[in-house]
Amino acid sequence: MRDWGYRIREQRGTLLAFLVFVVMFAIYVVNHPAGFTANVVTTAANKGVLLALVAMAQTVVVLTSGIDLSVGMVFVLTNCLASALVVGSPAATALGVAAVLFTGLLCGVLNGLIVIYGRLQPIVATIATGAIFYGLALVLRPVPGGDVNSDLADALTSQLPGGVPASLVVLLVVVLALWLPFRRSEIGRGVYAVGSSELAAYMSGVPVGRAKFAAYCLSGLLAAMGGLFLTFLTYSGEASAANGNTYTLYSIAAVVLGGVSLFGGSGSAIGAIFGALAFRTIGDLLFVFDLDPLWQPLFQGIILLAAVCLGSFRLFRIRNRLELFG
Amino acid sequence: MTTRGGTLIRRIEPAVVMAFGCIIGLLFLGSLYSTSFVSPEFLLQQLKVASFLGVIATGMMIVILLGQIDLSVPWVVAVGGMMSTAVASWGTIGGVMAIPFGILCGVALGLVNGLGVAYLRIPSMIVTLAVNAVAQGLMVVHTGGYSPQDASSAAMRALATGTTLGVPNALLVWSVIGTAAVLLLSRTTFGRAVYGIGNSERAVYLSGVKSQRIVMLAFALSGGLSAFGGILLAGYASKAAQGMGDAYLLPSIAAVVLGGTSILGGRGTYLGTVAGVILITLLQSILSVMQIEEAGRQVIYGVVIIAMLLLYGRERPVR
Amino acid sequence: MAFFRMEGVSKRFGGVHALRGADLQVEPGRIHAILGENGAGKSTLIKIMAGVIQPDEGRMIMDGRDVRFASPAAANDAGIVCIFQELSLMPDLTVADNIVISHPPKRFGLIDRRAQRRIAEEALARAGGEDIHPLTPVRDLPLSRRQIVEIAKALSRNPRILILDEATSALTAADVTKVYEVLKRLRREGLALLYISHRMQEIDELADDCTVFRNGRNVATYAAGTKSDNEVVELMIGREYTHVFPPKPSEVPNAGAPLLEARGVSWTHRLKNVSLDVRRGEIVGLGGLDGQGQRELLLALFGVLRGVSGEVLIEGRPVPRMSPSRAKNPGIGMALIPEDRKTEGLMLPMSVRDNLSFAALDRLSRFGVIDDAAESAAIDRMIRLLAIRTDGTAVPVGALSGGNQQKVLIAKWLMVSPRIILLNDPTRGIDVGTKQEFYHLLRELAREGAAIVFYSTDYAELIGCCDRVLVLYDGAVKRVLAGPEITEHALVGSALNIATETRDVGARPMVGM
Repeated sequence: MRDWGYRIREQRGTLLAFLVFVVMFAIYVVNHPAGFTANVVTTAANKGVLLALVAMAQTVVVLTSGIDLSVGMVFVLTNCLASALVVGSPAATALGVAAVLFTGLLCGVLNGLIVIYGRLQPIVATIATGAIFYGLALVLRPVPGGDVNSDLADALTSQLPGGVPASLVVLLVVVLALWLPFRRSEIGRGVYAVGSSELAAYMSGVPVGRAKFAAYCLSGLLAAMGGLFLTFLTYSGEASAANGNTYTLYSIAAVVLGGVSLFGGSGSAIGAIFGALAFRTIGDLLFVFDLDPLWQPLFQGIILLAAVCLGSFRLFRIRNRLELFG
Repeated sequence: MTTRGGTLIRRIEPAVVMAFGCIIGLLFLGSLYSTSFVSPEFLLQQLKVASFLGVIATGMMIVILLGQIDLSVPWVVAVGGMMSTAVASWGTIGGVMAIPFGILCGVALGLVNGLGVAYLRIPSMIVTLAVNAVAQGLMVVHTGGYSPQDASSAAMRALATGTTLGVPNALLVWSVIGTAAVLLLSRTTFGRAVYGIGNSERAVYLSGVKSQRIVMLAFALSGGLSAFGGILLAGYASKAAQGMGDAYLLPSIAAVVLGGTSILGGRGTYLGTVAGVILITLLQSILSVMQIEEAGRQVIYGVVIIAMLLLYGRERPVR
Repeated sequence: MAFFRMEGVSKRFGGVHALRGADLQVEPGRIHAILGENGAGKSTLIKIMAGVIQPDEGRMIMDGRDVRFASPAAANDAGIVCIFQELSLMPDLTVADNIVISHPPKRFGLIDRRAQRRIAEEALARAGGEDIHPLTPVRDLPLSRRQIVEIAKALSRNPRILILDEATSALTAADVTKVYEVLKRLRREGLALLYISHRMQEIDELADDCTVFRNGRNVATYAAGTKSDNEVVELMIGREYTHVFPPKPSEVPNAGAPLLEARGVSWTHRLKNVSLDVRRGEIVGLGGLDGQGQRELLLALFGVLRGVSGEVLIEGRPVPRMSPSRAKNPGIGMALIPEDRKTEGLMLPMSVRDNLSFAALDRLSRFGVIDDAAESAAIDRMIRLLAIRTDGTAVPVGALSGGNQQKVLIAKWLMVSPRIILLNDPTRGIDVGTKQEFYHLLRELAREGAAIVFYSTDYAELIGCCDRVLVLYDGAVKRVLAGPEITEHALVGSALNIATETRDVGARPMVGM
């Protein structure tokens, strides 16, 4: 096989997610009454990028064969914090942005410390930390409110000349500046190694604890970016438990749809991005086909169920039943 | 020299002792705040409230013992509540069929979970998530997005709010279910297989036991119990409500884990789950009575769970 | 002169002394073979050298200085690289990723993929794996290729000491020859090689020096070729070599149709048209090198494999859809003692009692409810029958010794009164005393009418226990030996697919590994 053949096989999941998204989005745009206009694309992009950022956060942790059930709450917490800090003069705004991102990082640090050095199972530990983050969000915003620097918000949620949504550019910058360098770095490779086989990674001298810790930290940072972006979209902060839980669950859906293995070690945050965008588009498709919006949650659920069943086709190829019971 | 007796008594795990210790500790701290904390009325009230969580946590425990998880609890609970109240309004037949129908709906959803996990080998986290979404979708369509106005049947209300000889019916219901769970887990082939699968499904399969069937049945059971919890909740409030099950997912998982059941499966006793349920309920009650803001309650809830897990929930280092 | 020495190294795990005051000397440019039974301490010694575990006492001296390795990475930095039996490859990563995982080439702080690929290609070439594409995910490679990648990975660290722990067990014959060349070339280059193996042939071919371990101590070090095989075995066992096998019946009663028969069983490329038949009271052995299909044959008979062509007949009647739960039924009555008791046979954290009764639960219960009295009676009976040494039945089975764990596993299946018993290398990792008990039990079960298929990697067992032996090579039956034809010479010869004349018919059975 030629080299590019190998590279394509390596990125199978991501490419599939990309194709699915493109097809769905094409159907959406073709059937949208307004057509392929900049506004339609920008609105879709803004919502999609929101979930994409949280999905990226979830991806990094899932790659280590862990799970982070607190991403939604970090998202909500940073949203509330941003609605208080990211205001005022450009300098104050910049400081606010830095503070919000740093808070997300701290949340990741907390998760990392508990899971790795406390040796607690991620699923339960992150449930608990999620409650803590939510509580802190409530302290900041007992009722929805707040504000955000409108110049910055407008700039990042509208369009650039040429009709390209600014949010997509932001996403691209995050991918280029954060994800790709991370993936190519030694610690990023370590994350994949740990997720693939923690024992083999240890035997090979990979710093297991540090790799996992880095994953949780990066996850907190990315979720904070999502929270920040939510503030730019809604101009307010709201400590909504429902919202937080929804984003946590949807991030897992996006991760799965994006071809990232829940067992760890394979997949890419880029795939999760397309998974998130595809997931978002499902709801929009319903609107476009004039289906009663009442049916949207059901439709989304059935699509999700069907998508996760697809992976079971590999079972037909199994020749030794012991492999079923890994 | 083989030991008899069920999982209740065979070996009191240190985790269970810890959990009960924490309960006593909480009561003590509460009593410093106000003596009504240790009054029998308050304690009985707590047990009654705990019963709802207890029923749901029973199903969750069985699934966790298998080494799996059931994230469909929120909307299966809602399905139980909404479907039973919907049927309850169909005249006298409705009144009788309300509860069985609600449970049946839960069992059906649980079977879908079970099929996905056992036969399609999809990780339980995803399947139950998807089924949760589907259940939510179904209920949104059913209710039109509004709060359902159907009333609960008399039987539902009696079960949830009535008393028999001074003991709240809900508590009696939990006791019955709990006893059945203990017997199931400790005295039946099903129960033994559940523990086995949690330890090594491979070994169970090679022992000639039909492990896949057992996993499917366990999820069906969990679905039925979640739905029954929803029925009780609907009976308590006289009707169902959107999102009525949301507040029960994380506490049910936490209760099971705090009770000493390993999240990886294969280890745990029902007594521990009982302790975990009471502990969580007590914690939430005390925080609310102390009139601590919701914000503070959430933070303390999270911190306490982590602290207790650090005490006895730690895994062994990978070496 | 030895540039690496271990002196007085001891290590305990709980109450077990894995190593007691062990010594070792390693010299550059020589291949040093380490021999010993399972549990003799070889693995522990290697793990200490490789930094995976820490010694309780003793010193390691390298280039005249004391050294300690706190982790595998530390040992690697000092120039000691080990290739373990459980491979240290990450399945989802590519070959190139795996090879340089611990020391990737970097550019501007990020991993340089092109340099990485070059390093990988060089290492693969050095290890004899030129045909492996560096971008292949390891998960897509068969076990034999993975072992080559493992060797390449070790070589890319430029080690001064290379340790191989049964590194050729999964390789095909062609690969093995290539690996020999690689190792000999490395020896010429001045590398010091430590080689653990159970295959006398490999040791004859490669080793310069040999060291025998027994009970955690170095009992002998000698130049290769200066001791006979028998002397070596006696050093390993520590006494006059006598495997005491119970006498075999002179004539197996021919009671009609065979109880178990396989006709033309094939499965993927691992089993090719295998036929066998086992009569009541007969013990049929499966021989041959590791990985020639013996394990797969047993799994196929038990109904675990899918897509098996050919027929399996029980008492002359074909059984089309076999599965472990069907096999257990009284109508068929087949039991399989699986290969890995820790993950496939027992549930280690569960109690002895729960494990013992697990397969027989449906016989000990009514409508799903377990009859406690019946269960206890059955369990007590089994413990007495097999003399299982345990501190009560409530202890987790993981706390028992290897031999007793295996007894629990066998007892579990005896509880369903099987007529056909399949055994997948049952005495691996078991002390000699328990092995003797086991051989007697086997013969007793055969006398009572069971049909037994016995796969063992120990030739002495095949010679001592079996009435007939089928030697498999590459998934097909190469030879069937019966009665006095079963000698070590014949077994080894057919195992390696060498045509041999049957000399030494009836010669004393000798141990070969």
